[in-house]
Amino acid sequence: MGMSFQPVILWTDALLFLLLLACGLAALHVRSTEPLRDAWRKVGRRPTGMAAATVLGAFVLVGLLDSLHYRPRLPELPAAADASISAAAARKGEAVYSSEVLSALDVLLAPLRLQTEKTYSAPFAFTLYQRETVQAPGGGQQRIYPRLVHGAAHLGDPEAARGGDVALRTLSALGMAAAAWAVAFLIAVWRVVRSERLAWGVAVPALLRGRTVLAWRAVLATLAVLLVIGSAWATLAPHYHVFGTDKVGQDVLYLALKSVRTALVIGTITTLVMMPFAVALGIAAGYLGGWVDDAVQYVYTVLNAIPGVLLIAAAVLMMQVVIDTHPQWFDTAAQRSDARLLALCFILGITSWTGLARLLRGEALKLRELEYVQAARAFGASTAAILRRHILPNVMHIVLIALVMDFSGLVLAEAVLSYVGIGVDPTTISFGTMINMARAELAREPMVWWSLAAAFVFMFALVLAANLFADVVRDAFDPRRS
Amino acid sequence: MFAYLVRRALYAIPILIGVNLLTFVLFFVVNSPDDMARMQVGVKRATPEAIERWKVERGYDKPMFYNPTASGSARVTDTIFFSKSLRMFAFDFGSADDGRDIAREIRERMGPSLAIALPTFLLGLYAAISMALLLVFFRATYLDFWGVVGCVAMMSISSLFYIIGGQWLVSKLWSLVPISGYASGLDATRFLVLPVAISVLAGVGSSVRWYRTIFLEEISKDYVRTARAKGLSELRVLFRHVLKNAMIPILTGVVVVIPLLFMGSLLVESFFAIPGLGSYTIDAINAQDFAVVRAMVFIGSLLYIVGLILTDISYVLVDPRVRLE
Repeated sequence: MGMSFQPVILWTDALLFLLLLACGLAALHVRSTEPLRDAWRKVGRRPTGMAAATVLGAFVLVGLLDSLHYRPRLPELPAAADASISAAAARKGEAVYSSEVLSALDVLLAPLRLQTEKTYSAPFAFTLYQRETVQAPGGGQQRIYPRLVHGAAHLGDPEAARGGDVALRTLSALGMAAAAWAVAFLIAVWRVVRSERLAWGVAVPALLRGRTVLAWRAVLATLAVLLVIGSAWATLAPHYHVFGTDKVGQDVLYLALKSVRTALVIGTITTLVMMPFAVALGIAAGYLGGWVDDAVQYVYTVLNAIPGVLLIAAAVLMMQVVIDTHPQWFDTAAQRSDARLLALCFILGITSWTGLARLLRGEALKLRELEYVQAARAFGASTAAILRRHILPNVMHIVLIALVMDFSGLVLAEAVLSYVGIGVDPTTISFGTMINMARAELAREPMVWWSLAAAFVFMFALVLAANLFADVVRDAFDPRRS
Repeated sequence: MFAYLVRRALYAIPILIGVNLLTFVLFFVVNSPDDMARMQVGVKRATPEAIERWKVERGYDKPMFYNPTASGSARVTDTIFFSKSLRMFAFDFGSADDGRDIAREIRERMGPSLAIALPTFLLGLYAAISMALLLVFFRATYLDFWGVVGCVAMMSISSLFYIIGGQWLVSKLWSLVPISGYASGLDATRFLVLPVAISVLAGVGSSVRWYRTIFLEEISKDYVRTARAKGLSELRVLFRHVLKNAMIPILTGVVVVIPLLFMGSLLVESFFAIPGLGSYTIDAINAQDFAVVRAMVFIGSLLYIVGLILTDISYVLVDPRVRLE
């Protein structure tokens, strides 16, 4: 007997958790390095930065939950069906796992994932959006709006009861949100009491007036909004389609939440994979000069000369041929679309490392003339040691700024590339594929606007938070902006 | 300066060769023509005869670099590398999958692309610089603060939403202009107003913020203080001194894109059904017409290099200290 599920680690999952680990290690390093701690404290003092970080944190949580993948075990088949391979395996006592790869988020969102309708329905609707011809009870045919299978199905007379039901559920959600927020509030006050050595009676008013060292008030205010939205969805979504359903009846809220992971993967893994190249080549070109500099400059001028979209298009088209001609490499469809997602990250990384490399080259060019680097050279330190000990730590702020600044651009690029047909695999749920599908729906009468609205709201929140956070990080780390 | 320009133009050759080699590797080495044929024909219908026919039709049936069966110079010229890659330097792009001559198609589609891109570029530049100067004039006030917040919000919206929203609002709800299409001559104006307006709007957020940073950096310099000290009005300081001195960073970002205007905008042209180079590229990508994509890559990189040279020339024009040697 095997387990009831089989864990699946997709490549992008592994990289995301690697990134998380790297962030953890970096945090430890920051704690023990005074200047870095100061710079991050500057970020913590800015209310916009902390509010944006809270929103980003919520997105990251969704994305990470969606990165714990597994394959559920299939129920054992009766031995009579021995023609099938799975039955043959079952007889041998081996567990058979579904070819469908699910994630921890899918488990949490099981009601949203499984409660599919026949086709489009508007947010909070109790009928489909199109009339259908059905057999009337007394014979003959009728054109009616059929009731939804799941949306508002618990109500006997939805026309009359829906308003009250939604209000009641929202009210109970508000209660839940308030309780959760109170806990968060207490934790925040406790942190203020500990770190600023204040009495509880002083810490509470200081926090409410926004007079704490870290901008806790902004965090708590943002958290309040997030909790209200989250708990409202949690109470309403099992009974209504909060953002309606799409063409094949999938819940749009579910699609939007699933898109978050794709956006995070594109926004972070891309920078992660290009960073080693950009850092190594940029620093080497700037510090070593000579033919190394010429070669690196040549490579990045060539890459820059090709219009980005075309280079990406060419690379994606070629990669798709590789994936299509080697189906044996992938066990499941999820692994195949993950390969394409990862390849897209690499391609975007290759086309975008040039900017960072150029910045690092310029910085290394400046640093090599500084006294402490000259002194290290005079003492006979090896080139590798100088690069590692003196140059690299002093360009890391540029790398960090590039990492946060690139994120929002990459999330936006994903949507455009998917529209052009060179983005993620069409089966991967992403903001790009959502918008792409919603585009045709706008021409319908009456208009199907909700998929587009959901994609807009989620993307805008994510990108705006990323932009605001990036600004604050840049202000804190860029020595030219003080 | 002439010698400098000649040298720069010669420097473009190795870069173009690099681009050419890179595209060749991407299109022919990563995947053999057989792989491409199998995918184009469809994996199920990919009989050896069908693949061979596909390759012969497009001239992919030749050897890669060296043709031992040919005689004389044809041993080198009758190869995929020569006919598909090197011939581009003579602007011979061959024909697309639908049989049309790519070079001719590109010439015909440049007009509509420019008709969108040029007004967008000029209006966008004008709007962004004047709004950035306005924010700098009111710096450290609520207008400046909310202006920057507005810019960040505007640049957080995907350009897809600008286009979809604009089409829906202006064309569908208000029925002011046709939703998409193109006409030649003056008639084109009513088709162009909306795409140009949307493109300007979609780009204005990030560019206003960028110009604002440049101006703010410039305004903290000593010569500005001197200019104020001798009694110049703030407006005069901004327009006569700050704007003029900020020209170098502005030109660095702006001039390089001017030649690329020919390439058109992928999204806008495709949404508004404008028969320009942008929609040509998108169609080619969707139809996986590799010959067209290769041609566009080559032209794009050529225009980029032209842009770099133009940038150098523009420095000389605005800054007497710069000499090209």
